[in-house]
Amino acid sequence: MKYLCLVYQEEKGEANVPRDQIEQAKKDYWAFAEDIKKSGHYIVSHGLQHTDAATTVRMRNGKLSTTDGPFAETKEQLGGFFLIEAKDLNDAIQVAARIPSAKWGSIEVRPVWG
Amino acid sequence: MGIDRGSSRLGIEDVYRAESRRVLATLIRLLGDFDLAEEALQDAFAAAVEHWPVEGTPANPRSWLISTGRFKAIDRLRKTRREVAGEVDVPLELSDTEDYDVVDDRLRLIFTCCHPALNPDAQVAMTLREVCGLTTEQVAAAFLTTAPTLAQRIVRAKSKIKGAKIPYEVPAGSELSERLASVLHVVYLVFNQGYFTRADLATEAIRLGRLIVVLLPEAEAIGLLALMLLHDARRATRTTAAGGGELIPLEEQDRSQWNRAQIQEGVPLVERALTSRGFGPYTLQAAIAALHAEAPTSAATDWPQIVGLYDVLLRADQSAVIELNRAAAVAMRDGPEHGLTLIDAILARGDLEEYHLAHAARADLLRRLGRKSEARDAYGRALALTMEEPERRLIERRLQEL
Repeated sequence: MKYLCLVYQEEKGEANVPRDQIEQAKKDYWAFAEDIKKSGHYIVSHGLQHTDAATTVRMRNGKLSTTDGPFAETKEQLGGFFLIEAKDLNDAIQVAARIPSAKWGSIEVRPVWG
Repeated sequence: MGIDRGSSRLGIEDVYRAESRRVLATLIRLLGDFDLAEEALQDAFAAAVEHWPVEGTPANPRSWLISTGRFKAIDRLRKTRREVAGEVDVPLELSDTEDYDVVDDRLRLIFTCCHPALNPDAQVAMTLREVCGLTTEQVAAAFLTTAPTLAQRIVRAKSKIKGAKIPYEVPAGSELSERLASVLHVVYLVFNQGYFTRADLATEAIRLGRLIVVLLPEAEAIGLLALMLLHDARRATRTTAAGGGELIPLEEQDRSQWNRAQIQEGVPLVERALTSRGFGPYTLQAAIAALHAEAPTSAATDWPQIVGLYDVLLRADQSAVIELNRAAAVAMRDGPEHGLTLIDAILARGDLEEYHLAHAARADLLRRLGRKSEARDAYGRALALTMEEPERRLIERRLQEL
């Protein structure tokens, strides 16, 4: 069964994180991705640019509306995702718990239809 | 050979009480679906009512019910053209190893109902309904909600179990302790809900606690069972019979009326838990309850050890409520003024400003120190925050006496 793991973390304050911590996080992410490739969980993943690069699009009555920024103002922002293949929710939770950002942000685990 | 239909009917009711939850737990595993398993359970007992009085009760009623239920479910599925989740053959008689699996199924059911991915209220409702066999109406009444609201919560939980694929399994390894904590939390919630008014819920929680200890004798499971037994042992003495029930504080309870059998069961469990690896807050609270249970009077209680246990408890769980209880124990050990200093410090932090027991405990100490007008103010504050009638009556009496 496929699960989408949405990675939420605070964009604000990221600029103040020391360089060595950022380097460590990158290494941890790389190691994690390698790990779940080996275990067969990995399908696809991407990190996202910040929400100031986001555009929200709506079609209403055939009319296009585009607005700057994400759909909702929240404390944490969507920063990336992992689409994984897992045996069941427990398996998916165990994978999500190992995403490095789980230590400072939060991971939303969403089962995929079908 | 004549068969007495009356006694046979009684037999089925006995079997229902003893076996229905186990049969359900196994049917959920075999059919992979809660609703389907519940229908199958009803079908199996309907078949038993029809067949047993004529053919006699089978040698192994449980396995008869499981295979009949499964057969009926598959029949139902064929008719409605739904697909069976995994074809599993259930033999007519279960072997020893499969009997063991049935034990496992009950644990699977408990862990699934208490899965932390389910809404907390739904966890409690699912446990009471599926594991304990209470009706939706009974659960709704216990939690002061309506049956339709509760039924909706259960439907949502079941659909999440199916949709998100929450597995029907007992977690292993490092997952187990986290998951057991959420199971024990649900049991403790059920117990507390029954604390004042619903003896049946407290009994149900103790029954669940016993089952978990038999199936999974982990330190905290044993500790929680001990805690519930020891607290429940004081049930008869906790409120007055007259006047709709007034709370009787621990020091004024008639200790000769405490349930000795439960205390004798609880105390060795505390010792067992304390010598097991990984004991925690439930065991420590049970140890405190055991010291109370064994003390002949409030004055003769081992207060220094109780304070010591609260110190350990605070290291495991830095909660203001535990700090408050520790302060009350310090007051008993060193005198009311020492307890009062501690409670004032907690309240000064603003942590328990809205917690009635903090003000009630403070009022008690002020009363014992003879500071009447301050005591009256504190009781007044406690009364304004108290919802439970037995507690209100006690505070009102204290105010009158002042």
